[in-house]
Amino acid sequence: MLETSMFSEIGLNHYLVLSALLFTIGMAGILLRRNLIVVLMSIELMLNAVNISFVAFSKYNMNSEGQVMVFFVMTIAAAEAAVGLAIIVSIFKRFKEVNIRFFEHLKG
Amino acid sequence: MDHQILIAVLLLSPLLGFLINGFRFRSQSYVIAGTVATLAVTVSFVCSILLFIELLALPAESRRITAHFFEWINLGDLNINAAFVVDQISSIMLLIITGVGALIHLFSIGYMHHDKGVTKYFSYLNFFVFNMLILVLGDSLVTMFVGWEGVGLCSYLLIGFWFSDSAKAAAGMKAFITNRVGDAAFLLGMFILFMTFGTLNFYELNALAPTTMEASWLGAVTLATLMLFIGATGKSAQIPLYVWLPDAMAGPTPVSALIHAATMVTAGVYMIIRLNPMFVAAPNTMMVIAIVGAATAVMAATIGVVQNDIKKVLAYSTVSQLGYMFLAVGVGAFGAGMMHLMTHAFFKALMFLGSGSVIHAMHEEQDIRKMGGLRKYLPVTHFTFILGWLAIIGFPFFSGFFSKDEILWQSFSSPRGHTLLWVAGALGAVLTAFYMTRLMALTFWGKSRVDKNIHPHESPWTMTVPLIILGILSVISGFIGVPHAIAEFMGHIPNYWQQWLAPVIRPLPIEELQSVTHTLSEEYMLMGISVFLAMCSAIFAYVVYTKKKHIAENTAQSLKPIYNLLDNKYYVDEIYFGAIINPLVKQSRNLWYYIDVNVIDRMTHVASDVATNGGKLVKTLQNGNMQQYAMYVSLGLIIVLSYVLMR
Repeated sequence: MLETSMFSEIGLNHYLVLSALLFTIGMAGILLRRNLIVVLMSIELMLNAVNISFVAFSKYNMNSEGQVMVFFVMTIAAAEAAVGLAIIVSIFKRFKEVNIRFFEHLKG
Repeated sequence: MDHQILIAVLLLSPLLGFLINGFRFRSQSYVIAGTVATLAVTVSFVCSILLFIELLALPAESRRITAHFFEWINLGDLNINAAFVVDQISSIMLLIITGVGALIHLFSIGYMHHDKGVTKYFSYLNFFVFNMLILVLGDSLVTMFVGWEGVGLCSYLLIGFWFSDSAKAAAGMKAFITNRVGDAAFLLGMFILFMTFGTLNFYELNALAPTTMEASWLGAVTLATLMLFIGATGKSAQIPLYVWLPDAMAGPTPVSALIHAATMVTAGVYMIIRLNPMFVAAPNTMMVIAIVGAATAVMAATIGVVQNDIKKVLAYSTVSQLGYMFLAVGVGAFGAGMMHLMTHAFFKALMFLGSGSVIHAMHEEQDIRKMGGLRKYLPVTHFTFILGWLAIIGFPFFSGFFSKDEILWQSFSSPRGHTLLWVAGALGAVLTAFYMTRLMALTFWGKSRVDKNIHPHESPWTMTVPLIILGILSVISGFIGVPHAIAEFMGHIPNYWQQWLAPVIRPLPIEELQSVTHTLSEEYMLMGISVFLAMCSAIFAYVVYTKKKHIAENTAQSLKPIYNLLDNKYYVDEIYFGAIINPLVKQSRNLWYYIDVNVIDRMTHVASDVATNGGKLVKTLQNGNMQQYAMYVSLGLIIVLSYVLMR
């Protein structure tokens, strides 16, 4: 009884824990990885972690506002990915590599 | 309205001359510079005459032309206007300044023609006249102070005109700094007057002057007038601040004539006469003024006896004559003081210009021991110099006779006078006759001791014409103020001078005047004594310095200590250096080293070090590493979240 309820009833907390884990992994990727493409992927991961929370709350509260938010986030993520990839392409053209330390050249 | 324009032209004409010459100061054309400057002052002179004529047309009680240009300072109770007043006192000063000034400008054309900085020279000279006009025309002490400082500045610039000679530059600084000492007291006097009466306007102050005499030494009026008098001792070279004037002779000779004899140095006397009701109310101040004046007159005259530089003799003579003016105003004889101011302006300017002519002829030689017998080379200079000489020694019926005699008589007979003051004045007159005759004898008479390489020549007309005009004025100007006693047997000439000044001069209180009675015979006797002694002294000096030189040398030998004392000017400069200047410089050096360098500088250095090191420390935080920035954000987020969750 105890075991079945524990695995069969997947509630809000499970989604939130998953979301927090994904968010932390994404943040660790941003902080630690040097490759710009990986960093960009980590950002996507963080955004999607947030999306999971939105959807979970939306389901839990029985309304659609969270799901609306998710669409916004996905739109922005798409735009951000486009811009980010463009920057990465131009950095690659300039330095033949996509390391995050090249951004240090932008400092005044 | 037309008065206002007249006064504006009067003031602005020298300023315009200053600007024109000031903007083309590199020019070496003495003709253009001199013509511009002389014309500028001549225009002012014409305006002064027109204003004087307008004053004459007004009734005696309301002789006052005011020009109010704009409101200058308006702060609470303090209300100062840029307003200028021509009245009985300032109109006389105007005529002296612009008249004598124009003549001296003309003289300068001849005197300075070989100088490279001639345009600069004339622009300074014009600027001086402008400031002097502000000084005498200002309707309040503050406006006067503007001119007062302005003439000080011009005096400094002109004394140090040949500034590449460090001694001359130092003389300029000495004049300026000594004047600053007096100016500080002048400012204090102004503050006290403003605190007490709430105004600094001359007419308001004079109307508010207490009617009862202030007996205390610490009363507001006494203190204020004393402070103003200290200011006057600086500007007018009286004990204890006279030391700058002899050194001021480092400037070009026409400057000595204009600034250091005829006009600027009389500013102190003028200021006291301006405020005479205030000074009359403070008998203690008057006493101090009279004593200082008499002491200066005698002391400067004794120093003048042993000087060998032609200009130094005249400089000490100026200090001495200024002492007479202060003696006069100190005993309440403001009219006589003003009269001596005018006659002195004429004959002293004449003699300074004459000495300039001599120096010019002698190729910059100023030592009278190397002159002698110049009479036949410089006939015009010699003749006009004689007129000035007769005027200053008080030869009967020359201008100096009338003014000096009146001062001596007043110093004896005035209720605020004293027999001792008369004795000092008469002694000064005797000494004056002696050293002036000595100067004449050594310069113009006797055997020539001129260096064989120097060929003296008479000066050009630009220099002799001013001499002749001033010579005539030195002779006749006394007749406008003939004292009562002499007028008696000259056919009752009215004393125009006294009538002219009477409305603006406050007489001494009637009870004081009634306490003393003097007869005409006393006056004749005293006049006789002083004139007789002065003439004897002049004749003695003539004999000694033209025929029997050995007497002078023997006397100097036998009275060696006194001679040395006089030759070293009573060691006053040395005393000032030892007692005030050197300790002050030493203390300043200590302050600089211990306080400024070791405390204040160090404090600022520590402060800047803290800033620099702090900056170095936090600089590492901002290194452009994006991941590090992201780390800060995350850390901040974690800290805030932990705080919120663990609360």
